Amino acid sequence: MTTDQSPLIHLTGVDKTYRRGSEEIRVLAGLSLTVQRGEFLALMGPSGSGKSTLLNLLGGLDRPTKGAVEIGGERIDALTDRRLAGWRARHVGLVFQFYNLLPVMTAERNVELPLLLTPLSRAERRRHVATALAVVGLRDRTNHYPRQLSGGEQQRVGIARAIVTDPTLLLCDEPTGDLDRKSGDEILSLLQTLNREQGKTIIMVTHDPHASARASRTVHLDKGQLSAAAPA
Amino acid sequence: MLNWLSQISAITFANLKTLPERRGAALAAAVGIAGVVTVLVGVLSIAEGFQRVLAVSGSPDVAIVLRSGSDTEMNSGLTHDDTRLIADAPGLARNAANLPLASAELFVVINLPKRSTGTDANVPLRGVSPAAFDVRGNLTLLEGRRFEPGKNEVMVGVGAARQFSGLDVGRTVRVGQTEWAVVGVFTAGGGVAESEVWTDAAVLQPAYHRGDTYQAVYAKLISADAFHTFTDALTTNPSLSIKAMRQSDFYAEQSTLLVGFVKGIGITIAGLMAVGALFGALNTMYSSVAARTREIATLRALGFGSSPVVVSVLLESLALALAGGVLGAAGAWLAFDGHTTSTMNWQTFSQVAFAFRVSPALLVEAILWAAMIGVLGGLFPAIRAARIPIAAALRET
Repeated sequence: MTTDQSPLIHLTGVDKTYRRGSEEIRVLAGLSLTVQRGEFLALMGPSGSGKSTLLNLLGGLDRPTKGAVEIGGERIDALTDRRLAGWRARHVGLVFQFYNLLPVMTAERNVELPLLLTPLSRAERRRHVATALAVVGLRDRTNHYPRQLSGGEQQRVGIARAIVTDPTLLLCDEPTGDLDRKSGDEILSLLQTLNREQGKTIIMVTHDPHASARASRTVHLDKGQLSAAAPA
Repeated sequence: MLNWLSQISAITFANLKTLPERRGAALAAAVGIAGVVTVLVGVLSIAEGFQRVLAVSGSPDVAIVLRSGSDTEMNSGLTHDDTRLIADAPGLARNAANLPLASAELFVVINLPKRSTGTDANVPLRGVSPAAFDVRGNLTLLEGRRFEPGKNEVMVGVGAARQFSGLDVGRTVRVGQTEWAVVGVFTAGGGVAESEVWTDAAVLQPAYHRGDTYQAVYAKLISADAFHTFTDALTTNPSLSIKAMRQSDFYAEQSTLLVGFVKGIGITIAGLMAVGALFGALNTMYSSVAARTREIATLRALGFGSSPVVVSVLLESLALALAGGVLGAAGAWLAFDGHTTSTMNWQTFSQVAFAFRVSPALLVEAILWAAMIGVLGGLFPAIRAARIPIAAALRET
């Protein structure tokens, strides 16, 4: 990814259509969106509005039916599956609503997973993992398994895993959706810190206005189209 | 490449760590494969044991001479003159008294009850010449003594003594109108002679109204290379109508029918069981992949490739199969190896005593069967795992 001042994300005329039997469901309809580097963007909208589909397109987990998805100057919709997997590993950190940690691995090993895709040595990987866990405040939980951690702690491990490769872009799919208010606030504060102090560009899908209030900009999706954009 | 191996290692680790959660299905698959291996090893160890007995019986520097057109001693016939001409042929080894090491022999079948079932079975009774002991060279007395020439005495191979009643030293065996005193028990290096009862050919001839005829000549050659000199001399002699074979080739040929039959049975049964075990493995691996759909999707989302997913699922399946294979092989080894029995040698219509033999090669073959079931059982689930739609699977609970 380039480091110039051009927008990080540029979506142009993106359509996404799913087929269910003989029926075609148009989830995104000619959507265009630009996100600047260092933005913290909240993506809101009712269920089925296409928020998660949009996030999947931005993360290279899915492809548009039509239109262009350009991130960091690269048309990711044109990459092969193999190159797209490599691109994800290098440039994107993913944070999930249900944390998606591997239950048989300790926090340390879960965080280490994305580093297995890099040429780093074992010692270097350990150092990076320790730093990431320190950033999310879990330095003392390295050898705990997910079942031994609270929901908030598990999400912190998820965030540590997302930032351990130092990606430019963090994509968070309802990161506080499974947490109580207090834990949710802590996670949002952590995301804000990552955005402000480390310059991470964050796109967060949420239903929660309280969460979107922490973002620098909120866009609303309705029936596959951006209905409004309001500055925070 | 290192990345790729790291990915495989991480996914395989996660797969194997979740095995206890799926222990029921995993155990069923492993036990199914263990069953295949046990049956395969069990049946093929019969063939191995039988083959071994016949293999160790034959020596390349011993020739067996039969009447031309005969395949076995049973349907062969040689006159006294034939045996004399054979003993004079070039290439034969001689003893200290410069006598040729050639034993003219008779081969008849007698009925004796099996110790295990009490039912009668065919036991070979061989009449030998004095040179027979030097021709074989591997006969050792375990008990008693050799028979005395000219007397109704027999010495018994250790396999026959174990398998059939009445062959203990000091007892008398009645066959037809003749009584034979058992005077010794011998070993013959694990060979087929251990299934036989031996006596003096000169005594056996009148007992079976054979006149002055024999059925085979066993001849010790100067060396294995002397075989062609020996056979050329015999086959070019117009007064002889014989065929000569190396003893090793003769016994190898004798074992082919039974060994082929037993192997065919074993592989057919194991093959049918393998199909069942394959479905067990498929079921286990499909459920394994289904249980970890979200984990696999998460790893794919993080950037893990599809090929490490395929390989890791295959490795899990292989690990299960190998565990089952080792279990089955160990069970078969404990249950079958060394178990002695006897079976009909269809070439001589007489019993051959042998021990089941679970050889290292057989164990390797069985483990390869298990591995094949594992790989086939894991292949389709592995492909399914690699094709999981990432975006949808990430939200599975």
